Amino acid sequence: MRSDSRVQLNNVSYSYEEQASPALSGVSAVIQPGEFVAVLGHNGSGKSTLAKLLNALYIPTEGNVVVCGYNTREEKLVWEIRRRAGMIFQNPDNQIVATVVKEDVAFGLENLGVPTEEMIPRIESALSAVRMSACADKAPHMLSGGQKQRVAIAGILAMEPSVIIADEATAMLDPSGRKEVLETIRSLNRQKGITVVWITHFMEEAALADRVLVVTDGVIRLSGTPAEVFDRVDEMREMHLDVPHMTALAGELREAGMPLRPGILTVEELAEEVENLCPLK
Amino acid sequence: MPIEVSHLTHCYSEGSALRTVALDDVSFRIEDGEFVGIIGHTGSGKSTLVQHLNGLLKPTSGQVFIDGEDLNGEHVNRRALRQRIGLVFQYPEYQLFEETVAKDIAFGPKNQGLSADDIKERVRYAMDCVHLDYDKYAERSPFELSGGQMRRVAIAGVLAMRPSVLILDEPTAGLDPRGRDKILTMLEELHGREHVTILMVSHSMDDMARLATRLVVMSEGKIVAEGTPRDIFSREDMMTSIGLDVPDAARLCACLRAKGYDLPADLFRPEELKEQLLRLWKEGSAC
Amino acid sequence: MLNNITMGQYYPVDSRVHRLDPRIKLILTIVFIVAVFMAKTFAGYALILGFVWLTSRLANVPFRMLLRGLKPLRLIIILTFLLNLFFTAGDTLWVEFWIIRITKEGFLQAAFYSLRLVFLVIGTSLLTLTTSPVSLSDGIELLLTPLKKIHFPAHELAMMMTIALRFIPTLLEETDKIMKAQMARGADFESGNLISRAKAMVPLLVPLFVSAFRRAGDLAMAMESRCYHGGDGRTRLRVLKITKNDWIACGVMAALLALIILEGIFL
Repeated sequence: MRSDSRVQLNNVSYSYEEQASPALSGVSAVIQPGEFVAVLGHNGSGKSTLAKLLNALYIPTEGNVVVCGYNTREEKLVWEIRRRAGMIFQNPDNQIVATVVKEDVAFGLENLGVPTEEMIPRIESALSAVRMSACADKAPHMLSGGQKQRVAIAGILAMEPSVIIADEATAMLDPSGRKEVLETIRSLNRQKGITVVWITHFMEEAALADRVLVVTDGVIRLSGTPAEVFDRVDEMREMHLDVPHMTALAGELREAGMPLRPGILTVEELAEEVENLCPLK
Repeated sequence: MPIEVSHLTHCYSEGSALRTVALDDVSFRIEDGEFVGIIGHTGSGKSTLVQHLNGLLKPTSGQVFIDGEDLNGEHVNRRALRQRIGLVFQYPEYQLFEETVAKDIAFGPKNQGLSADDIKERVRYAMDCVHLDYDKYAERSPFELSGGQMRRVAIAGVLAMRPSVLILDEPTAGLDPRGRDKILTMLEELHGREHVTILMVSHSMDDMARLATRLVVMSEGKIVAEGTPRDIFSREDMMTSIGLDVPDAARLCACLRAKGYDLPADLFRPEELKEQLLRLWKEGSAC
Repeated sequence: MLNNITMGQYYPVDSRVHRLDPRIKLILTIVFIVAVFMAKTFAGYALILGFVWLTSRLANVPFRMLLRGLKPLRLIIILTFLLNLFFTAGDTLWVEFWIIRITKEGFLQAAFYSLRLVFLVIGTSLLTLTTSPVSLSDGIELLLTPLKKIHFPAHELAMMMTIALRFIPTLLEETDKIMKAQMARGADFESGNLISRAKAMVPLLVPLFVSAFRRAGDLAMAMESRCYHGGDGRTRLRVLKITKNDWIACGVMAALLALIILEGIFL
């Protein structure tokens, strides 16, 4: 099953009924098993539509979306797709169903018809993977935003997915909550090999991905490693997107004549490069 | 209209086992024309503090003086004082309720008891402040606008009351870069052109670096530091110790200084750093 | 802060009564109500009082918590008492004053009917004090399951209850926030007559409804993405099991009912 945990978009278009112009037009991409792909774009760029297509919440108007070998067009397969490609949404409050944390984690398993005896260990291991075991019996409304999102991740994880799609899962969190959630997802990606599609408008988060897809006006405008994408500072700005401060600064220094290497993303990288170019006497 | 907070303490669930101290003996002053940024973690007491400044919460002990008058004093016209302090909550777009943008913005001035003409003028003024074209948006439903536009309508609803002080709790939370930039530009203009005193609560050090003239750092209900952004951002150790970041430029500056480079200690804007780095490079390549 | 509200009247301690199967507790509550109606004499009521007192001791619920449930209904209880007191015909005259006639029969009947109300309230309070809303909704769902055959939406009903319980604290918090935000814009929720106060609620209710609808939409999508497709083929994390204690509780209740019936026949 893992061998075919690719996510493929073949020339996908999607239009909302009430809107004239399509939200996505002719998007093609392949996401490899175990990859951490960030989809960057501003509001209304089509990035959330893309997320919902991957989970068969939307069916493409044209083209095909194939998740783990299943085409989202086939109605009977919809549950097969959703258990393999779990989705986390933006608002932490609006995706928790039950009144107790562990029961919410159980929700997906109950829907899949997993026997009760089997549920308990799966819930425990999902909660411990997101470091929320201590809160198993708490009421969701007593948790912080970051904790709620981790509970949502545990709820997906209990279903043992191959892919996790996060649709702006950190947009409503404070910096520490954002860090918590991102770290949790990154460790799941590295340790369990779960493919991650991370939809965001925060460039700091995209900078941590293996690959960045930049979406505007319903098409993929740029694609590549974070270093490749962010080095195109002017193009990014033109699309109203941020680039890491250090990448922008490096760009300006380069323009002023300083021969900095391309692909600088972090403070440490720029400091090192400054050290190379201006050695201390 | 200066605001002065004196030994303000606030406890939630006073007298029960769940008693929590949200503000602990906080004192500070905001002068006319300042742009004060309050930074701190979730739960550091920022939101509790701003709710005291227009009387939505009452202090457990201590006082809040608006223009020299005790906001919670006995013979004070609280309503009149409150109207001069505009408070914009987090995610303010969730409080929109009217059929049209203009009607929603008019809600505050109407409650102030203004005449129809005055209200109309206020609505125009407020929409102008938040860069929403009156002719294009006044008669539209606020619910069909984009998230960033809705937020600007909500801020206009507060500005229409013509407050002398504007308090904003996380005005850019949840917005994409474009929406965020529009709000920040708007605040910059309000402060510069309209001379509105602004108090902004934010998690974003970059927003603060760009706008604030003074920063107040809060942690666990107390003020732990106060000063210009230049002063605060050069104290990276203090900031990290309470779990806050400093802007990347300030970090780079500290990092290079630690390696032995000759840089001023208090750089926090990329432009400043650019000049200094170019200087270093030219000096290095000269010899 | 609204975070600390307890849901419903649930009294969160652990006890043998708390641990009873919610289905059994629901059924027993119905039997209790029948018993209260069948009691014909004060002796029967004494028996019921004894039962209630014993149960509250077993449940670790202070008796005053039970009496607290009477508070919202005190007007009705007092009214029942007074109506019966004044308007029951009887021979043994106790007090006569102006047009008021109080007889012994009137007094006894008044006491009897108002006590009946008191016991009904206390009995149902015992259920809600010792059963968390979640297990209550579980119990209701399972009891109503046989009705699925006639297309009664038992699972949907229970799911609705669970979601309502989940979102009540969230919506309360939101109400508080919107209220403050509108107050900062000069809204006045407190003064004025009934009509102006009702009008003042519009700026609170509209945003609240808008947000509730948005939440509902989001939640529906989140549930669907987690493979929710109704009650068919669903398993449950919480499995209800009838234990020895449940049978004992049934036995005690059966004994109470039997005694009440016998009392009706022989006293």
